[in-house]
Amino acid sequence: MENNYLADLWNSSPIVCVVLTGLVLLLVESVRRGSGRLSYAVSLVGLASAGVLIVAVGDVAQPAFNNMIVQGPYAQFFTVIFLVTGILTILLSRGYLDRQGIHRSEYYLLVVFAISGMMLLAYAMDLIVVFLGIELMSICLYILAGFMRTRGTSMEAALKYFLLGAFATGFLLYGIALIYGSTGTTNLEQIAKSFAEHSASPMFLVGVSFLLVAFAFKVAAVPFHMWAPDVYEGAPTMVTAFMSTGVKAAGFAAFVAVFMRSFQYAGSPVNDVLAAIAAASMIIGNVTALAQVNLKRMLAYSSVAHAGYILVGLAAGNADGFMGILFYLVAYVVVNVGAFGILSLVEDSNGQKLSYDDYAGFSAQRPFLAALMSIFMFSLAGIPPFAGFFGKYYVFLAAVKADMIWLAVLGVLTSLVSVYYYLRLVILMYFREGSGDVAVRPTWAAMLSIGFAAYLVIQFGIFPSIVVDAALKVF
Amino acid sequence: MISLIPIVVALPLAGFLILGLFGSRMRSETVIGTLGSATVGISFAVASAIFVEMLGMDPIDRKQIVQLFTWISTTTDTPSSFSVPVAYQVDQLSILMTLIVTGVGFLIHVYSIGYMHGDKGFWRYFAYLNLFIFAMLNLVLSDNFLLMFLGWEGVGLCSYLLIGFWYEKKFTGDAAKKAFVVNRIGDFGFLLGMLLIFDRFGSLSFDTVFGSASVLSVGTPVLMWITLLLFVGAVGKSAQIPLYIWLPDAMAGPTPVSALIHAATMVTAGVYMVARCSILFALAPTTLEIVAIIGGLTAIFAASIGLVQNDIKKVLAYSTVSQLGYMFLAMGVAAFGAGIFHLMTHAFFKALLFLGSGAVIHAMHAEQDIQKMGGLKKYLPVTYWTFLLAAIAISGIPPFSGFFSKDEILWKTFSSPYGSVVLWGVAVLGAALTAFYMFRLVSLTFGGDERFGKHHHPHEAPKTMTIPLMVLAALSVIGGFVGIPPSLLGGNAIEHWLDPVFASANAKLGLGGHEIHAIEYVLMALSVGIAAAAIYASRTVYLKRHEIAEQLKNRYARFYNVLWNKYYVDEGIDKAIVNPTVLASESLLWKGFDVGIIDGVVNGSAKLMAVAAGWIRRMQTGVVQQYAVFFVGGIIAIIFWLVLN
Repeated sequence: MENNYLADLWNSSPIVCVVLTGLVLLLVESVRRGSGRLSYAVSLVGLASAGVLIVAVGDVAQPAFNNMIVQGPYAQFFTVIFLVTGILTILLSRGYLDRQGIHRSEYYLLVVFAISGMMLLAYAMDLIVVFLGIELMSICLYILAGFMRTRGTSMEAALKYFLLGAFATGFLLYGIALIYGSTGTTNLEQIAKSFAEHSASPMFLVGVSFLLVAFAFKVAAVPFHMWAPDVYEGAPTMVTAFMSTGVKAAGFAAFVAVFMRSFQYAGSPVNDVLAAIAAASMIIGNVTALAQVNLKRMLAYSSVAHAGYILVGLAAGNADGFMGILFYLVAYVVVNVGAFGILSLVEDSNGQKLSYDDYAGFSAQRPFLAALMSIFMFSLAGIPPFAGFFGKYYVFLAAVKADMIWLAVLGVLTSLVSVYYYLRLVILMYFREGSGDVAVRPTWAAMLSIGFAAYLVIQFGIFPSIVVDAALKVF
Repeated sequence: MISLIPIVVALPLAGFLILGLFGSRMRSETVIGTLGSATVGISFAVASAIFVEMLGMDPIDRKQIVQLFTWISTTTDTPSSFSVPVAYQVDQLSILMTLIVTGVGFLIHVYSIGYMHGDKGFWRYFAYLNLFIFAMLNLVLSDNFLLMFLGWEGVGLCSYLLIGFWYEKKFTGDAAKKAFVVNRIGDFGFLLGMLLIFDRFGSLSFDTVFGSASVLSVGTPVLMWITLLLFVGAVGKSAQIPLYIWLPDAMAGPTPVSALIHAATMVTAGVYMVARCSILFALAPTTLEIVAIIGGLTAIFAASIGLVQNDIKKVLAYSTVSQLGYMFLAMGVAAFGAGIFHLMTHAFFKALLFLGSGAVIHAMHAEQDIQKMGGLKKYLPVTYWTFLLAAIAISGIPPFSGFFSKDEILWKTFSSPYGSVVLWGVAVLGAALTAFYMFRLVSLTFGGDERFGKHHHPHEAPKTMTIPLMVLAALSVIGGFVGIPPSLLGGNAIEHWLDPVFASANAKLGLGGHEIHAIEYVLMALSVGIAAAAIYASRTVYLKRHEIAEQLKNRYARFYNVLWNKYYVDEGIDKAIVNPTVLASESLLWKGFDVGIIDGVVNGSAKLMAVAAGWIRRMQTGVVQQYAVFFVGGIIAIIFWLVLN
């Protein structure tokens, strides 16, 4: 087989662009130490150029590098999510890092490299590339979680994340090995072709179980979620934002690529396991979130719950489920970037002002931000006309069509529970008197990013067809 | 040009957004009022340009659909998948409605600048009014039922907001609630009709539905149900028996709102909807008959109440209900063009009457009782003359606009195979009552002696208010010339213009063109004569011989009381429906079911959740080794399930 490296490079050019941006940032860092502002600009330009490239490459499916990766609508859809998340995160981070006194250029470097890892997951056509992507992403995040070196909680978060992440990686690699052992290949396309003859063999099934566990860990699904609350709480807030959005979307990019597009397990016990994990995540995530006082922790449990909702689509395993996952991810990602963005603005330099009570009377001091926060909370609770509603609608629809009505019912009931802790924040902001000592000095970039996120939430909630059309192209 | 129609719709929306978001910070009433009026004015200009262009087109090219984007679509692959675009259909009917809505709307916006001067909710008022125009344009321009329904609900919301505009007063809030609740009944009918249409035709687009319907045979049962349900919607929105009860109360809102929403535009939405669905109604003769009967009954019923009311706006409100009855009568006898024609002329003269009453109320410092007015002619000359012209127009005296449209309805009622002599008689009697109560209103308000206290110093309204009055007066006088029937040597331009819209319905019904009969002249003379007699009688009684009114009142006290109390319908509904509902809600649903069962379950499950949360939280110890244990437990469970099972 003849290789056309130029074509391969062109097809993978968005990834190449992001990696190059990372390398340039390394150079910048070594030439002009501590030049946070320059790195900030370079990373934004790099990510934006990758965005231009992803459009330029087009959406015709093209394999590259010996079928290790494939460029196409799927990769494109997720890459857009990652790039938007990355850009919004960076725009929000600068002011936050300044306030926390940790504005150092390697932050941008790590974020950019993590994004390149996420993109690999969306492009992956081979389990080795999946592994590569997950590791590239995760290692950057272990460091980012501990970015606030002087704070104990941040170090604790990094260490916990690293220990358990390494544990999960072991299972991922072992699973890949077992699958290779039983099929003789790590290429997802070939596994899909010979799936019928392997699907029931015990070695293959054990491999599948290990992959499932590893992915479930990355997306923080029960019972592999225990790291999430501690890490989310301890990590710098904007890192948490990045973790709960980009990493989750990337985890699902890999999860869906492997479990929906390659393995054809729909309707089998594997999907029952997925359904069980989804159910447990929805219940535990939502119920535990009720008892939280710290908003970062609340959002951590909420992210566990949302992983559960997205897994409902995966468990259903049908076209609607696929559509639902894509829609849900888009809705969830923009909302969470916005919500964490507001948290990062309110947080003071000691890492305080993160509890529910700190938001009492917030609407009187910052009416615009309070309104946006309310929009995000309503969307998370799945109330129309915000994007979150349609995300839930599509995954529950998928469950009903896949004869998993119990799962859809459970989903609706647990959403009901979630309304309590989301709207509690809205009530505090609007109907309680506050102490009035919340000092918020947002940068223009931050306000713009949060406003943009809110705009998308409304736009996709009223005109879901924008995302639906894009998602249908992917299928 | 037609492709510019989205601009017509978008401008009022832009006005609403700007005023709604930033209006509270705008200090100047001039800026707010100009902005609010300009958006609608420019919309009107663009719509006029489109209309002029359409005039030059071949009739078959005049209908065009401008597609904007897909609004809602379901994902799945099945053929019955549901997809609704936001698309605007420009045709002879919708452009006419657009011109009425934006044209009359613009005049009323301008008028409002003067009328609402000094109100602390000035910006809010104009924001709502712009939102209303936006919703109404969606209603009339939509190319499918769902977008129409959005507009339908949108105008209902704006109506609610504007009726309750002065929300500090309890009765405005009550009136707004009443309007909303009664409208919900109608809306529910519309919604059910729409669902039935989708169930039956698999689409909500007008073209598809009407296309598939036109091959069905007359009297198909499902069409009867569809049209009846749609008509329930029309009855609610257009205030027909038995759902008219909200409209008189809706007069609690600012007077220009009554003119725009509760006379000229929104309440005619039901008429428009029936006309738009003419082919469906044409296939359901039973429904047509019901429409005609309800329309005729409403026309005379409301007119009779109008005879004795003393609140200037209440009289006009019952008059509106009655005139809407005429429009439905026209629809019911399959005279769709005549109904729309009357809708248009009514928009002119009824808007004028309301705006005139607004000028009177403005001059009298919120006094609305006509028994406490009189002799205002010399203080308010412009208002008086324009009001008088409108009164002549509504009474059906030639050559004013109301004559042509009302006479067309009367003639069609008489001559159409779907009409009847009885309905014609009812309509003529209604016309006589109309002329009588209108001139009672004119006489008591403007003529005779001054019956108001010395502390009142009535003064003519400012220019922003009188100019719209004069424009509308001109339209009330000449607006009928577009519909002069052949029998009077006219071309009936408006009905020819609308013909293509109703062509398929008329073909189904076997209705042809307009033939001239000698009897038409007789009937025309008769109805004009009766109206003139009623005017004469009214002027005699209320200007010269007041004692006649008193004598009649005393002699027929019982009858008078029935009319004065509006046939006790409100009281009846309170007794039969409202009170039992409130009682049942309070004792059974609230204190029994809600507090006992629902709250019990909710609080119980909330407690359960709190307990569960506390319990699960304890698993989260913060010890990494323990997390790893859960992790491994999970793996073992999964492998057990998948492999060893």
